[in-house]
Amino acid sequence: MTATVTSPKTPKPSKSPSFEDRRVVDAERRAKRKRAYERPGVLTYALLIAFFVGSAFPLWWSFVIGSRQSSDTNLVPPAVLPGPNFLSNAMKALETVPFLQGLLNSILISGAITVSVVFFSTLAGYAFAKLRFRGRTGLLLAVIATMAIPTQLGIIPLFMLMAEWQWIGTLQAVIVPGMVTAFGVFFMRQYLVDVIPDELIEAARMDGASMWGTFRHVALPAARPAMAVLSLFTFMAAWTDYLWPSLALSPRNPSVQTALAALSASGGQNPDNAMVLAGAVLSVIPLLILFFVAGKQLVAGIMQGAVKG
Amino acid sequence: MTTSTLGRPARSELTFRQKVSRFDYTFSPFLYVAPFFVLFALIGVFPIAYTLNVSLYDWHLLEGQGEFVGLANYVSILSDPFFWNAFGNTVSIFLLSAIPQLVIATGIAALLDQAIRGKTFWRMSILLPYIVAPVAVTVIFLQIFNQYHGPIAGLLELFGLEPIRWAFDVLPSHIAIATMVNWRWTGYNALLLLAAMQAVPRDVYESAALDGANKIRRFWSITIPMIRPTLIFVVITATIGGLQIFTEPRLFDGRTYGGSDRQFQTIVLYLYELAFPRRDFGQASATAWILFLIIVLVGLISYAITRAIRTADVKPARISAASIGAQQGES
Repeated sequence: MTATVTSPKTPKPSKSPSFEDRRVVDAERRAKRKRAYERPGVLTYALLIAFFVGSAFPLWWSFVIGSRQSSDTNLVPPAVLPGPNFLSNAMKALETVPFLQGLLNSILISGAITVSVVFFSTLAGYAFAKLRFRGRTGLLLAVIATMAIPTQLGIIPLFMLMAEWQWIGTLQAVIVPGMVTAFGVFFMRQYLVDVIPDELIEAARMDGASMWGTFRHVALPAARPAMAVLSLFTFMAAWTDYLWPSLALSPRNPSVQTALAALSASGGQNPDNAMVLAGAVLSVIPLLILFFVAGKQLVAGIMQGAVKG
Repeated sequence: MTTSTLGRPARSELTFRQKVSRFDYTFSPFLYVAPFFVLFALIGVFPIAYTLNVSLYDWHLLEGQGEFVGLANYVSILSDPFFWNAFGNTVSIFLLSAIPQLVIATGIAALLDQAIRGKTFWRMSILLPYIVAPVAVTVIFLQIFNQYHGPIAGLLELFGLEPIRWAFDVLPSHIAIATMVNWRWTGYNALLLLAAMQAVPRDVYESAALDGANKIRRFWSITIPMIRPTLIFVVITATIGGLQIFTEPRLFDGRTYGGSDRQFQTIVLYLYELAFPRRDFGQASATAWILFLIIVLVGLISYAITRAIRTADVKPARISAASIGAQQGES
């Protein structure tokens, strides 16, 4: 940032910048800067609108068909306005598969996983960021290395373990394997390492606070924004997961995703498309609400993560 | 806050409270990181490691452990044409999704990296598909990519074109599945790239503009080189994710495991078919380890490429930084 830009003198108008006169160059720069930040043209907005329509159309269209009847998928040009049948289609979906049970289960599963991941990640992330202990660097490297491990490739032993414990078909079969993530620990560590001054922790210790007291009263309040972001992403990941829940849960006690998959398969050769799409809309609504409430934080979380990672 | 001047009590004269405090100070950090490592060992490391063990045996889902067969499972997987079919499908779907995704995401990020009106709205709007779970994405796109009805079929009919057999032909099915992946992830990646673009110092653009570089030239000569680390990061995550694609091909034709003729069976779907419908845990585990090794290999290669590029970048980066500094000094 050049502080000289603020020089208030009016420059003499000149087309070729002379590098001898400081003020002329500043004025040139100011003009260029204005040009660089100029409002983008119509083309930019046209392209953005086109991309927005592409992003929103599939969701909107599934609501449109979900509120009409299956034969309306055949309309040319495609139907773009919703009809009156959404509730009756949704009711049919609820009768076909235990959708409400799935909704409740997914809330319980995703909620439990989120609480667990955020708590253990904050605890370990704080220790890695701010406490000194033997083997800290090595253990942190282990966390980073395990971040890249595709844990979904371990489903066979995991399935054997859950069968051995007779957990197949229960919610804990999905919750327990999601209780910690290496990414969460790394994420919290990266945030806390900058956010808490070392002096603050030293001061708490000098004042006689226990380690746990320091964590609770110094680290936790400071960690709150990052905990919120980690909660959002963990909840979404748990909510949208399919492979492991499809193995670990039973059709009678499903998650939202396995219920929707069952709904999609319910019609055999002649599926009731309006009902299936109404079900798809139902499955999206909870995260849609989350998106309208916390979409800004999601965007910020992704963009901050990008700069750090 | 200058507390560092206070000395610690000498070791010999510790009171009980001080001993407790010292104990607390030494061991608490281990207690804080322990839950993560214990749980991760159980749910992350053990399953992967034990997969290796299972892969060396005849192992049936119901009958359990059988004879030790050494590498026989690996040999039969690697000589199975269906494995290589799945491998080819995975690579094809990955390429069809990664390349357009990267190009479009970079373009959208460049559009958003301007003084745009309503930037929060646009940023949120491109993220909308990200909240739709892969199951719902597939269910919705099944209706869009339908041979007989739906918007695309209607459009083709309008122009008197033959209907496309999305679920039966190889390339159309790959395009349909890649479109689902692209729809969900392009906006997300655009935000990653936008963040990288915004970290580029504006002075660099100003200097380039002063030197007469137009917008397009600035994009290719400044933006792209400066966001290269993020581009590489996006490619690596897309690759690791793309190698493990499962939900979309699984549900694109729910009655089969990747198409009636395995047209779009991916590696994880191949693994799934071996493990559950066929109950061959031994061979499925061997497949998991082969995929694991492929992913590690891809990771190492990308790491090597990244390093090579960074090393090559050091000189030009210094020169450009120096020249910017010089220009500022001159003015």
